[in-house]
Amino acid sequence: MATRIDRKFAALKAEGRPALVTYFMGGDPDFDTSFKIMKGLPGSGSDIIELGVPFSDPMADGPAIQAAGLRALKKGMSLTRTLEMAARFRETDETTPIVLMGYYNPIYIYGVERFLKDAVRSGIDGLIVVDLPPEMDEELCIPAIKAGINFIRLATPTTDDKRLPKVLQNTSGFVYYVSMNGITGSALPDTSRVAAAVERIKKHTDLPVVVGFGVKTAEQAKVIGSAADGVVVGTAIVNAVANTINPDGSLVADPAEAVATMVQGLSSGVRASRLAAAE
Amino acid sequence: MNTVVEPNSFKTGPDEEGMFGIFGGRFVAETLMPLILELQQAYDDAKNDPSFKAELQALSTHYAGRPSKLYYAEGLTRHVRQLAREQGLDGGAKIYFKREDLNHTGSHKINNCLGQILLAKRMGKTRIIAETGAGQHGVASATVSARFGLPCVVYMGATDVERQKPNVFRMKLLGAEVKPVSSGHGTLKDAMNEALRDWVSNVEDTYYLIGTAAGPHPYPELVRDFQSVIGTEAREQILEREGRLPDTIIAAVGGGSNAIGLFHPFLDDKNVEIIGIEAGGRGLDGDEHCASMSAGRPGVLHGNRTYLLQNKDGQILDGHSVSAGLDYPGVGPEHSWLRDTGRVSYVPILDDEALDAFQLTTRTEGIIPALESAHAIAYAVKIAPKMAQDKIMIVNLSGRGDKDVHTVGQLLGMDI
Ligand SMILES: Cc1ncc(COP(=O)(O)O)c(C=O)c1O
Repeated sequence: MATRIDRKFAALKAEGRPALVTYFMGGDPDFDTSFKIMKGLPGSGSDIIELGVPFSDPMADGPAIQAAGLRALKKGMSLTRTLEMAARFRETDETTPIVLMGYYNPIYIYGVERFLKDAVRSGIDGLIVVDLPPEMDEELCIPAIKAGINFIRLATPTTDDKRLPKVLQNTSGFVYYVSMNGITGSALPDTSRVAAAVERIKKHTDLPVVVGFGVKTAEQAKVIGSAADGVVVGTAIVNAVANTINPDGSLVADPAEAVATMVQGLSSGVRASRLAAAE
Repeated sequence: MNTVVEPNSFKTGPDEEGMFGIFGGRFVAETLMPLILELQQAYDDAKNDPSFKAELQALSTHYAGRPSKLYYAEGLTRHVRQLAREQGLDGGAKIYFKREDLNHTGSHKINNCLGQILLAKRMGKTRIIAETGAGQHGVASATVSARFGLPCVVYMGATDVERQKPNVFRMKLLGAEVKPVSSGHGTLKDAMNEALRDWVSNVEDTYYLIGTAAGPHPYPELVRDFQSVIGTEAREQILEREGRLPDTIIAAVGGGSNAIGLFHPFLDDKNVEIIGIEAGGRGLDGDEHCASMSAGRPGVLHGNRTYLLQNKDGQILDGHSVSAGLDYPGVGPEHSWLRDTGRVSYVPILDDEALDAFQLTTRTEGIIPALESAHAIAYAVKIAPKMAQDKIMIVNLSGRGDKDVHTVGQLLGMDI
């Protein structure tokens, strides 16, 4: 059965351009502002939304996303409220895929079955759970697939050709290639190596391959976008939010507007990719 | 939690997937997966290589000073018998200390570090990273790194850097770089997060030398194996001294490495009572303790499923203990399994009780114990008076207390 994610990639393929995948932290700086950010994303050019679920111990994230998660938790964000945010978004948007991204423990404590039921009901289309490698597929991946939710896996430079089939085995929706070994927010590596890596993964799968980690500017989005089926931007968006917040928590500018401006720029980069690729 | 079928042996875990029942596993980011599979392969090879065993044995003997002594704590035994008499009893079990405090670097941590540095060398790794709470593991890591000529980076919570200053200085002298971590409460959990972040960023050359029997498989297994020398020796030593096995063995549980090291060789000795002591902090009513098995519930953190202190949303709590080495909201997965099977009991000891035991041991034995070990001693002193005089108890004296004199001095209002 084609999911909302499958349909989105099919539509983009027809359009002949890569997807812009935008990550933001649910509940940062607070629920209402964050919801406003989310609602503005499709209009600014985001094709797929990655909704970050805050966790106290984000072991794969750099300082920017760590801080965003803590801000959200301080304001009472939780997995329950993150699902609520998705459900409210769905009330007015039937087409933009939502991928929840986070760590396993909040889901485990919520209860896997109950979580999947509520996720489906909230219009969640996919899951990225950083600390669930294929070795742990029985935990959530298999039940999620049964519930009709895509389980999106990260592939990294350490995932060699021998391991790739295992990583891809139960992956659906798309493959998220993490362009470097490191935490979120690190510098973008050599783009030619990224293209080679995407080619390598595509030899093993027909799924779309999107690339993330380190993309910050429209120009980078354009270059990466010409080599992949999509570009993920996370830390740059999280930083755009952070830059509107004073140390005392008050706002110097509208976070939703700051994110919209940022995403519009990235979107122009991604839309230029088709032309770049055709050149 | 759930009912667990009693196994024929308690020593067979973990299974191929790294599970002890529902606990353990490999909950790590994909970047790290190939690394821990490589480590597992290297460890399996090493286990079957006599030269690895021989090298570790030689270092343990000539460098670390093993075997560590099993010491009859006569002064403390006299004290518990006095306590018994005051309660109108004629009991007072005989207390032995397994003297891990006498090892090179002053704690059991060196046992694990020697094993792992040899593994790192076999794997061709050229850079060592470690996390530390009390600083004992950091010192032991810095020590073996110096010995084998490898650069070493130690992550340490900023709070711990403050309360374990002598160890910070020791690490620096040994040539290690100490990186303070200020996220969270700046304790062991945060140091571990940061070490994992370093590891995913430096996968090619770096070996992560985990300091306790936790983390993703195969760490809980290999740390346990390297620490089991404690229990293996203690078992032989007590048989030689007393002609029989002990009635009770006790150890403090932070991540659980000194405890599993003492316990494991005794797990199938049905008549030996085994007790792990958790940090009760300021009491289990609030959040100011680190008694994950007494007051937490199973969850997933740092690569494994285990008992964790967490809120109802699955966010991990920071916890508190007067002892930096016990200040961790989780515990190694094998302990979680031993708890659920009922083979081992886990009991909290409060900050104040540990402080009392610290002073008591200093005065009655002329031994300054680590605050971690003082938790185990405190419980021994609690139950020994109610046990008959012919009962035998072994307490793991996991480390020396020199590192804690500042903390204790401050708490007692002494000028230092
Ligand atoms: C002397 C001593 N004992 C015990 C511990 C607790 O660790 P574990 O539970 O791994 O033995 C530490 C940790 O730093 C320690 O230094």
